[in-house]
Amino acid sequence: MTRWGMVIDTDRCTGCGACVVACHAENNIQTVGEEEARNGRAMHWLRIERHYEGEFPDIQVRFLPVLCQQCGSAPCEPVCPVYATYRTPEGLNAMVYSRCIGTRYCANNCPYTVRFFNWHAGEWPKPLDRQLNPDVSVRPAGVMEKCTFCVQRIQEGQDRAKDESRQVTDGDIKTACSQSCPARAITFGDLENSESRVAQMAKSARASHLLEDLGTDPSVIYLQGGEEH
Amino acid sequence: MTPGRMSREVPLFRPLTSWRPKLILGSLLAGAVAALLFYSWGYQVRNDIGVTGLNRPVFWGFYITNFVFWIGISHAGTLISAILRVTSAEWRRPVTRCAEAITVFALSIGGLFPLIHLGRPWLFWFMIPLPNYRGLWPNFRSPLVWDMMAIGTYLTGSILYLLLPMLPDLAILRDRHIADNPNSARARIYRFLALGWRGTAQQWHSLESGIRALAVIIIPVAVSVHTIVSWDFSMTRQPMWHSTIFGPYFVVGAIYSGIAVLMVAMYLLRRGMGLESYLNDKIFNNLGLLFLTFTLIWSYFTFAEHLTVWYGNEPSEMAVFTERISGQYAWVFWAMILLNVALPMLVLSFPLGRKPFFTAIVGVGVLIGMWIERFLIVVGTLSLPRLDFTVGTYQPSWTELGILVGSFGLFVLLYLIFVQIAPIVSIWEVREGEHHLGQVRPASEHLTVETT
Repeated sequence: MTRWGMVIDTDRCTGCGACVVACHAENNIQTVGEEEARNGRAMHWLRIERHYEGEFPDIQVRFLPVLCQQCGSAPCEPVCPVYATYRTPEGLNAMVYSRCIGTRYCANNCPYTVRFFNWHAGEWPKPLDRQLNPDVSVRPAGVMEKCTFCVQRIQEGQDRAKDESRQVTDGDIKTACSQSCPARAITFGDLENSESRVAQMAKSARASHLLEDLGTDPSVIYLQGGEEH
Repeated sequence: MTPGRMSREVPLFRPLTSWRPKLILGSLLAGAVAALLFYSWGYQVRNDIGVTGLNRPVFWGFYITNFVFWIGISHAGTLISAILRVTSAEWRRPVTRCAEAITVFALSIGGLFPLIHLGRPWLFWFMIPLPNYRGLWPNFRSPLVWDMMAIGTYLTGSILYLLLPMLPDLAILRDRHIADNPNSARARIYRFLALGWRGTAQQWHSLESGIRALAVIIIPVAVSVHTIVSWDFSMTRQPMWHSTIFGPYFVVGAIYSGIAVLMVAMYLLRRGMGLESYLNDKIFNNLGLLFLTFTLIWSYFTFAEHLTVWYGNEPSEMAVFTERISGQYAWVFWAMILLNVALPMLVLSFPLGRKPFFTAIVGVGVLIGMWIERFLIVVGTLSLPRLDFTVGTYQPSWTELGILVGSFGLFVLLYLIFVQIAPIVSIWEVREGEHHLGQVRPASEHLTVETT
């Protein structure tokens, strides 16, 4: 079996935001504009949170890339009245846009606040519409969306491996964020495959989950507590 | 028939037999306010749910607050009237009808809000378990699906519970109108509505056992409805939502706000229609005592809920708690305590405070207080998510305010229309009560004019 997972080394993260931009470009995420962003409606499937360690002058800024944790026991799933969000056999927490009626209950029960609602439909004035990714649906107003672990890339990688009559190997599939991270802080792969890099890194003593005590069984693993920067 | 009762029943029949200018004017005014709801909703459907002030993390706001508020109010009638019927409280007789009508209308309006709040309301039927070729079903694990079923059951039950005891009264109206002019529109309408009620012994027997059975069945249904509404919150894991006492707490709060609206409605009916002889001071006193009882129970629950959170001192819960007690929501919270705890206790504890005018004033206060309670629960928790990077605020938009105001207009409109369709005090039940007291002949003897 496969369980897609991600390891983020926060000691490597410089907070540059390349992953955020790559995610927007890859997944046709709308930019809502200044005013809507001020109203708390900015959409970033992947966002970089910032926190401080220590007291001035011995202070250090830490960055925490937060995205859908693709929980094994996801609080968002059981509350959806119409199965618009569900768990795939490959361990993804999937969104079915066409099924979503917009109760926003899933977002309320997400402890990571990583779900984003299309208060209005996105707009891509010409010629920006030409940059839309044809592999990803553009969401209408009134539906929920969130990080998919670039499911279109997973699909493409699996198709390619199948065409070449082989198994998907580690490194075949890269999410947009992991591909674009200059510090190589983000690694993507199959957690069930003990040979994969993510499975190896997940065993690290530096590994932890976000809000681990909630028992949501996330597929995103954070590494921290290594060398000082 | 004694002249005394004749004159007593006159104000009940007045709006049913002729057009009353004040009632018409009132209905038009209420209709204009109600139009605000539909205009705002239409505007929202055209321009997306984004016209609200909702955001991330405050995904629910006024609409869900109003939903819980109106569903809460719907516990006025059915529950109160059913409990009083089951316990054979004689003084209930003039109260039941006007309370049951509140239930049906408040529930209908409450049931609108989940639709209004949807991102894509035209797809609400995805929640209904309709057989389809793709085998797609709603998610029966979701409290929202439980909600829809509970409210559907309750609405059906309370409509039956309103209509069934109305049959003999509708027959009285039918007979009156037929005596006046058998071909008038009113005569025809009531002939249909009375469903052939003739007042035979068999019919009376069926009616009474039907009412008895419905009264018993509707109590657990009503309790389940607000329990399930509370589970929308407590089934989640959000701080100060995930509470085991939310079920009973919400039920108590619902009955509390239900009595409040009943107090206000009874006062207005008494003043507006001259029903002093039915809705007398004794009834206000008795309901005032029930009102006070629920003040105490609700205060106890509120205290227990907040004390355990504070004592537990869990960080994510304390964030919500602190914001509520001494932060940005503090003034709303303490206003709620003033309106729901201090004011009712101060006023209703004294016999003078249980006079109609004062109970109505307290009723208005408690309605505001209970609305605030739901607002604090919905927005208070959502604005402070566990990962405190995403703390948010919420400011309702004009659309949301318009829909809130419009919902009150719609309620008043429906109620005023009802007053012009059916006697707001159950005539036969009051007569039956007089019979029990040995004052007059059995009610069934003079309920029908046509005996052929």
